[in-house]
Amino acid sequence: MPDATFLDSTELVLNMGPQHPSTHGVLRVILKLDGEKVLGTDCVIGYLHRGVEKIAENRTYVQFNPYVDRMDYVAAVSNGLGYCLAIEKLLNVEAPPRAQVVRVILTELNRIASHLVWLGTHALDIGALTPVFYCFREREAVLNIFEKYCGARLTTHAFRIGGLQYELYDGFEQEVKAFCDMFPAKVDEYEELLTRNRIWVGRLVNVGVLNAEDCKRYGVTGPVLRAAGVEWDLRKAQPYSGYEKYDFRIPTGRNGDTYDRYTVRMEEMRQSVRIIRQAVEAIPEGPVMAKVPKVIKPPVGEAYVSIEAPKGELGYYVVSDGSTQPYRVRVRPPSFVNLQALDRMVRGGLVADVVAVIGTLDIVLGEVDR
Amino acid sequence: MAAVPWEGELAQELKARFGESVIQTASYLGQNFALVKPEVVAPMVEYLRDAADFDYLVDITAVDWPKRAERFDLVYILYSFSRNERLRLKTAIADGYRPQSVVGTHATANWLEREVFDMFGIEFAGHPDLRRILMPDDWQGHPLRKDYSILEQDQHWVEANLGIESGQ
Repeated sequence: MPDATFLDSTELVLNMGPQHPSTHGVLRVILKLDGEKVLGTDCVIGYLHRGVEKIAENRTYVQFNPYVDRMDYVAAVSNGLGYCLAIEKLLNVEAPPRAQVVRVILTELNRIASHLVWLGTHALDIGALTPVFYCFREREAVLNIFEKYCGARLTTHAFRIGGLQYELYDGFEQEVKAFCDMFPAKVDEYEELLTRNRIWVGRLVNVGVLNAEDCKRYGVTGPVLRAAGVEWDLRKAQPYSGYEKYDFRIPTGRNGDTYDRYTVRMEEMRQSVRIIRQAVEAIPEGPVMAKVPKVIKPPVGEAYVSIEAPKGELGYYVVSDGSTQPYRVRVRPPSFVNLQALDRMVRGGLVADVVAVIGTLDIVLGEVDR
Repeated sequence: MAAVPWEGELAQELKARFGESVIQTASYLGQNFALVKPEVVAPMVEYLRDAADFDYLVDITAVDWPKRAERFDLVYILYSFSRNERLRLKTAIADGYRPQSVVGTHATANWLEREVFDMFGIEFAGHPDLRRILMPDDWQGHPLRKDYSILEQDQHWVEANLGIESGQ
């Protein structure tokens, strides 16, 4: 017969966050625990809600462009690309070839930077203190290129509707090539630290499993979907900005566990380098801006355009009423949708694994809350 | 450029299956969409998943047209991995109409519908957990409605919870 002490009570509600270093921002997770076992979770989000979609309705198309950088702020270039492509679709214009190639280079550099932030913080969460310093060292090289190109390191506002505002600076190609020569060896270095590290493997293998069927049910995209064995990447499935011209591979995993997501992202960084190499060798001459009217007034209509952001499918659904301001801009944020699968991934696991799973989902709260 | 009629195989299939409830099938800028009556949205989403392999619900959102009798456009964006094809379902609903939830068909609809409820005040019938998601639980008003000014705030909430006069 159980004695009636508090040690006997089976359920415990634990509040994690919003101020918790491993939630990567202001995410609050209410955990229902039985001992160390997770019985269920409830995510409380919205602490970083700034009403980005409302702001869009009160700005012109051009004025709203910098705001999108503030959603997924570790991959601002991707956000900008998606927005510009959506408006270009509505206007029925295409960026000139030179601009498209530069866009691909900057977006892939940003994918590497974003994955480096993920790797560093994810490893830090799990207790590996060293990788974060290595990752931020290489990320610095990417941010330096951004800074030289457009003056900003994080919220870059690198693209404009119709192309690019700035020509490339002198030495851009050399610096990008130097980065491509330097970086793959660094990825090997990270892998040396982690891939066969006993603690790393022990903490990641079979943790937070999300199989392909569940990924589709929860609308999860990006590396999480690919780690479950689905070879789907928007850059291949519905190419934009000339991605069909580049030779690269979509890395996939098998089990859909945290370790697979780690290997997928590591390989994605290598593939990004491959794309950048091909692109930087073939930057065509020509203008960087298409013929876009001074005042941007897309015809009445609507379009949904999505790109493969580092976190998954980032979509913009834009409705135009023919005026200079968008009637409605809906952002389909990958982080928000992916976070919903957290409950499925941690239920039945251990409480310590919640930290690993939040890390592996690679969420950015700025994008979850918008 | 205006929307052109879309008479593809799938459009024919939807019209045959749902008859009069499919008001229009069209394509704008190469993107197919179907304008349908609100009561068939949930069955259609399920039908599309099972019969046409549209197994990924990309997004649910709404657009507010305050001057219209049927005030909101509810938009469902679907994608099929096997066909590599996107499809938008659009339906016009009046304020206060309770559309059927599609959480049973696509688990991802849970948070998406919560966000539509939070931002527009559209209540989904049959949703398992319809709470606000981005705004605080006791906030008054739905920010993405067009009659909600960008400077508006829930004065009472801000004073009670933040202890300041204005969050602006």
